[in-house]
Amino acid sequence: MSTKPYVREVSKFDWYFKHPRFMRYMAREVTCIFIGAYTFLLIAALGSLSQGKDAFDAFVQGLGSPFWVLFNAAALVAAVYHSTSWFNVTPQAMPIQRGEEFVPGNIIIGAHYAVWAVVSLIILVWGV
Amino acid sequence: MSERQIQLEVLRYDPDTDSEPRFQSYTVPCKNEWVVLDALNYVKENLDTTLSYRWSCHMAVCGSCGMMVNGEPKLSCKAFIREYSDNIRVEPLANFPIERDLVTVVEDFIAKLASVKPYLIPKEDKPISAGEFKQTPAELMTYKQYTLCINCMLCYAACPQYALVPEFIGPAAIALAHRYNQDSRDGGRDERQEVIASHEGVWECSFVGACSEVCPKHVDPAGALQQVKVASTIDWYKEHLMPWVKK
Amino acid sequence: MAKSSKPIFWGPFAAGGTITAFVTPALVLVTLFAAMRFSPDMFTYDSIHAFAAHWLGKLIIFGIILLSLWHAAHRMRVTLYDFGLRADELAAVVLYSLAGLGTVMTLFYLLRI
Repeated sequence: MSTKPYVREVSKFDWYFKHPRFMRYMAREVTCIFIGAYTFLLIAALGSLSQGKDAFDAFVQGLGSPFWVLFNAAALVAAVYHSTSWFNVTPQAMPIQRGEEFVPGNIIIGAHYAVWAVVSLIILVWGV
Repeated sequence: MSERQIQLEVLRYDPDTDSEPRFQSYTVPCKNEWVVLDALNYVKENLDTTLSYRWSCHMAVCGSCGMMVNGEPKLSCKAFIREYSDNIRVEPLANFPIERDLVTVVEDFIAKLASVKPYLIPKEDKPISAGEFKQTPAELMTYKQYTLCINCMLCYAACPQYALVPEFIGPAAIALAHRYNQDSRDGGRDERQEVIASHEGVWECSFVGACSEVCPKHVDPAGALQQVKVASTIDWYKEHLMPWVKK
Repeated sequence: MAKSSKPIFWGPFAAGGTITAFVTPALVLVTLFAAMRFSPDMFTYDSIHAFAAHWLGKLIIFGIILLSLWHAAHRMRVTLYDFGLRADELAAVVLYSLAGLGTVMTLFYLLRI
């Protein structure tokens, strides 16, 4: 039976500054800004591709501006952080049970990194 | 050196006289093997009998002694003095109203626990004469991890979504619902979905994962909640895109 | 208990998160190389056009862009909420509309190739 309970207020604007694990969480979440923006960059590339060689070459030329170089560099960091944070939690979200045992999380994560390496290699070899 | 002088900064609150909580400092001679709970007991026995706090088993199985130690949700019986410097800040468990000193109001959690129907709801009525429910060891392992919860509420103290949205059913309650949903003897998933698949249920969770990081029994409630999301999403798509499929 | 709209979008969010985790870093590296003019043969119109002209290429491009869009939109919805902007329904409408726009644009461009 509470006589006069005291409620400690938490700010919805700066709660994540209070602990390193919350900062890491927010860093993971804001990667979506770069992923989303990069996807629109891809759509723009697709658009120029659909308009013919001149339009596409102009697009690639435009990519060379300092802004887009910086953007791609930042997007690379964000994308890698997204990948690592995503792979690391996959065993929690999708545990694999074999009989009475569960497949160790490290194996599931390791398999993801292996696939990531292979897929990346294919894309880089094709693109480069 | 088998003893250390520790400065305990404890958040006090007397609802009869205080308008807000305040810190009070105690100097406690701590043995090396002590935990924060031992230091609190020393204070209560020798320095200040008015200090109020919950505890029971002193061995991390009852879940009573949850509190914030240097800003981190901990069982005070599992917070070893040797891991801290000479100044230790002790506060009541976060995200719960303070009743008095280190005692919090836990009614919200108790209500949420009850709301998820944390008991076996058999698939069909079975008289005792029909014998016991049988379960293989493999079927047991499917949900065993989620039976280990001691209801200590450290996960609620760590969860930023619960901090800001008190209606959130929360990690432990949803993980417990998952424990029963995963039990081969249970048939009550539909009944529990109404609560845990709602807006205040699992969909308030954004997989911060703090709950699993602080859980003293390694239950991994974050994992349970993600599995509930997967199951609920599959349910939704089945229900709306393939309504002819019987559940 | 209020039914949430999130289950609808969580599927694409999870699928998109998985796809972007596997392909986006390498894709960004490719565009970064192109931007920095690392290879003169980078991003040739002919090879990329040939890929996008093939039905399988179209499918792959559409799949990657579609899932990336809906992953980012849903995560952005939750992130705005975490930053304290609690107009969740408004954020959902705006962000999913953006993703919808991107989807339509992609379809439009792919069909023109």
